[in-house]
Amino acid sequence: MKKLFGIFQSIIFFVVALTSSTVNAALEIEISGGSAQQIPIAIVPFGQAGTSSQDKIGDIIAADLRRSGLFRVLETGGVASQPTDISQVKYAEWAALQAQAITVGNIAALPGNRLKVTFKLADVLKQTQLASMEYNIAPNQLRLTAHKIADVIYQKLTGEGAIFASRVAYINKSKGRYALQVADADGVNPQTVVSSNEPIISPAWSPDGSKIAYVSFEKKKPIIFVQSLTTGQRLTLANFKGNNSAPSWSPDGRKLAIVLTHSANSQIYTINADGTGLKQLTKSSTIDTEPEWSPDGKWIYFTSDRGGNPQIYKVSSIGGEAQRVTFQGDHNLSPHFSPDGKSLAMVRNNGGKYSIALQDLMSGQVQLLSDGADDESPSFAPNGRVVLYATRAGGRGALAAVSSDGRVRQRLSESGGDIREPSWGPLLN
Amino acid sequence: MNKSILNKKLLGSLILAMALTACKSTPMVDKPTAVEDKSPKAETTTQPAASGADTSGVKDAAVSGNPLTDPNNILSKRSIYFDFDKDTVKEEFRPLVEAHAKYLAEHANAKVTLQGNADERGTREYNLALGQRRSVAVKKSLNLLGAQDKQIETVSFGEEKATPNCKDDACHQLNRRVDIVYDNE
Repeated sequence: MKKLFGIFQSIIFFVVALTSSTVNAALEIEISGGSAQQIPIAIVPFGQAGTSSQDKIGDIIAADLRRSGLFRVLETGGVASQPTDISQVKYAEWAALQAQAITVGNIAALPGNRLKVTFKLADVLKQTQLASMEYNIAPNQLRLTAHKIADVIYQKLTGEGAIFASRVAYINKSKGRYALQVADADGVNPQTVVSSNEPIISPAWSPDGSKIAYVSFEKKKPIIFVQSLTTGQRLTLANFKGNNSAPSWSPDGRKLAIVLTHSANSQIYTINADGTGLKQLTKSSTIDTEPEWSPDGKWIYFTSDRGGNPQIYKVSSIGGEAQRVTFQGDHNLSPHFSPDGKSLAMVRNNGGKYSIALQDLMSGQVQLLSDGADDESPSFAPNGRVVLYATRAGGRGALAAVSSDGRVRQRLSESGGDIREPSWGPLLN
Repeated sequence: MNKSILNKKLLGSLILAMALTACKSTPMVDKPTAVEDKSPKAETTTQPAASGADTSGVKDAAVSGNPLTDPNNILSKRSIYFDFDKDTVKEEFRPLVEAHAKYLAEHANAKVTLQGNADERGTREYNLALGQRRSVAVKKSLNLLGAQDKQIETVSFGEEKATPNCKDDACHQLNRRVDIVYDNE
């Protein structure tokens, strides 16, 4: 099984060392900083009698929860009983391990080469069931089901929204070749969407996750394509004279905001998702680029140097006067919204260092989320809790993730290839 | 060279000097109508190879080789370099721009693509726009000296072709440039 991000990790602040690895670990994930409170949870290995699944579903769930920084996943091997149903749980044994929650489950074979996955979540202290799910799936959906179970646990115990059953897109540059890849949010199973000897930049997921827009230089100039992730077919969205770049989808998936230079300098336009109906949105004599539609569809935020230096502005999505949004730091670029529309992640240049910053749009308060010299491309997870971004490590592009409160940071470094331009896709059904 | 051509050359240089010192916030969409070259093009008639050596010195001829690739000819120099976050064509590149503009003015069928580039600091999309603004700045300068719009395409590669992992500005500097590429090269 191909894996981009490995799962060898050592947690710095906690007694229980977690070193699980299902495949050759290509990656080291360093978690620096700790969350204030981690929930200790026992994930009992699922019963898998009669099934031939290679993936240990419990390991996938454990890795997801661990990676969130909000859970301390306990070793369960030493416990005498290994329940696969709530009725078999001896709560006292688990309480003795300091577990606050426990998950148990089972995978059984069904006729027609299908599987039935059952899982239950219980509160160890109150000795009550918190969640129970049953899935009827094809064997190749087992990993996705593990992520969905992790999401149920995560939502029930933290109150946060789902995140694990999702995918990320990024560009992998390796041996002079560029590939736009899509992998599960845990880095497993990267699939190449398109590859080329020329650069590919700016991948952008359609809101329903079925398509991805991107900019390709395969014809020696930047052109925007929209490609279906199910059929592999693609449409040339924009190939006007000059540059065509920076696609950003409207929340209803019907339009995109894009940047063209056919009138000379970079300006923002909107266009229908089928390539018709081009309309100019900004009209300035400076650079206007990196449009980002607000989640409510009303505004398009963008980067402009109309004030002398790159800063972030906003304009009504139906056109009008632009208003400046950022006022701190030397330059601010690359606006990216949190799913709830309340915060804006961006790239800030302070004295030549490019880091990720987060601005609360109500209060105007800004906090720095990263401290790199060359960080860019911030992208929120579907639950708004984590920001994925591009950084540089060892002379190569790498991905990193930081919790939206800035406290837990993870670097995902990879042993081959130069990774850039990450974009977190929506939740999978 | 007769006086009218000399005057035109001086006028062209003067206009170029003004363009080169214009600040970057000057609107890009102005068309320089006053200084368009209205003299007949130097090579409106095609020169059959059999008619012998060409004495004007600006046409390609079997005897003298291709001035575009002759290392002793300024036309073989194709790169214009820029300061950080700037698109102003510096004074030191004036002779280079003039030479290419003259070549384009005198070869109506010649076409160029101006490829704009940026160093890797900053975001990719912003650098794509910056590279474009640089190629447009060079195009404007070429236009002012007689090259026609239809002879020039402007594109940008942003930071995509930049040398990665630059440690100092001497390295970054080399990536802040526009390359002049003639069609069919």
